Amino acid sequence: MLDDFFIRALLVGIGMALVTGPLGCFVVWRRLSFFGDTLAHSALLGVTLSYTTEINMALSVFVISSIVALILLKLQKKTNLPADALLGLLAHSSLAIGLVVIGLLATIRFDLMGLLFGDILAVNVNDIAVVWIGGAIILIVLKIIWKPLFASTVNYELAEAEGMNPEKYNAIFTILLAAIIAISIKMVGLLLITGMLIIPAAMARNLSDNPNQMVIFSIIGGLLSVIIGLFASLEINTPSGPSIITSGLILFILSLTKIKKKSQLNN
Amino acid sequence: MTNKNNTLVKLENAGVLVNDKWLVRGVSLEIKKGKIITLIGPNGSGKSTTAKITLGLYKNIEGKVEKFTDKIAYVPQKINIDWTLPIRVNDFMNLTSTLKNNEIDSALEITGTPHLKNKDLKSLSGGEFQRVLMARAIAKKPELLVLDEPVQGVDFNGEIALYELIKKISDTLNCGILLISHNLHVVMSKTDHVVCLNGHVCCSGTPIDVANNEKYQELFGKDISKILSVYEHSHDHIHNIDGTIEKKEN
Repeated sequence: MLDDFFIRALLVGIGMALVTGPLGCFVVWRRLSFFGDTLAHSALLGVTLSYTTEINMALSVFVISSIVALILLKLQKKTNLPADALLGLLAHSSLAIGLVVIGLLATIRFDLMGLLFGDILAVNVNDIAVVWIGGAIILIVLKIIWKPLFASTVNYELAEAEGMNPEKYNAIFTILLAAIIAISIKMVGLLLITGMLIIPAAMARNLSDNPNQMVIFSIIGGLLSVIIGLFASLEINTPSGPSIITSGLILFILSLTKIKKKSQLNN
Repeated sequence: MTNKNNTLVKLENAGVLVNDKWLVRGVSLEIKKGKIITLIGPNGSGKSTTAKITLGLYKNIEGKVEKFTDKIAYVPQKINIDWTLPIRVNDFMNLTSTLKNNEIDSALEITGTPHLKNKDLKSLSGGEFQRVLMARAIAKKPELLVLDEPVQGVDFNGEIALYELIKKISDTLNCGILLISHNLHVVMSKTDHVVCLNGHVCCSGTPIDVANNEKYQELFGKDISKILSVYEHSHDHIHNIDGTIEKKEN
């Protein structure tokens, strides 16, 4: 028989994979991997905020990550720095500020490892509700903005010329990304959440020749990673978050054998 | 949605300043339903910029742009598809609108590309891609069609067929067309109005007016300017888009 904590972990993991699948595809298509990382790093600041003010952790992480995302959009317009330099600047400075604040709060005991790598086995019923309700909202919004978001991903100017308002939908997508990080930070931690977004989508890219197919494969890949990873961690007693990501990596490696050729000559 | 004069877009004294340099300035033009406007001019004269102003792609412009339609289709000069994105012609056709399968099929049919429907977008040649871009624009049944050098990369017979197609679109959809010519001296015969750009409007009018205009002759030299060859379609045969030739009936 499976223990309750294990069933809760499975439920949370499955809920997460359903959302990271489609979002991860957009992260890969739009080359936002490092952007996801930056948001995740800034989440540490959100976590410390929730400890000091005692507001819900997912909410405070969501607020801080959204603010960092908006600062980034502003900086991109104002400065001449390339996007990756700005991302590095924000990622490391928000991480540093988060650590400084932790230092100031010496009286509060932090489980830093749990924060960095998550602890999916420690989730409670409340966390399940946050992931499933939050996840459902993210998926519904994504479904609504799918067409204009996809159009602006393929070609920004074309989308704008034909009235799809790409700037607005890009901003909404950024908020969705902050939201998935917020609801899953407790489960996989801030160092591994981007892996959950990218690895199943990268695996799916190898197997797909159209966007819808890639989304479906990405969801399946995420679900398999969660299930295999959790059972593996139970059987061989490995940390659960890293086991999930490792399972995803193994699926990715397997998918390399079935790669859909892009082009024989270039790339 | 058009106003009573059938105007779709109106530019008044429009210009764009980027990095302290005017890409184009003082452009006034009006695109009406069922009319074709052709932009000509040397490289860097602001043809594409003018098209983008018309489409509302610039946030800060000088002058005024009034748009009376939102049923717009755009065929850009070039478009890069990232290889991280798996996308077939069929998916691309539905990019900014939701089309029925038969609408997609018939648009691909008239541009001579039905066999490409399930091909990966990145596997197409330049000419094929140009036709698919055109098919996507037609399938949207726009009121305003902006074509930025739509015949580039298409072979000569295909070029004539594409001009025929543009004429047919203008007739059947009765949409306004803004066409950027890839060649200074080529303007299709059905053009109602030519605007010659050189950072500003050098001259404008009917194709014949422009060809005889002194400023146009000054800009491009008297001898060369004579070549302003208006495409006349008085052949006794039709060039199909796939390159085959068909005898005309009568």
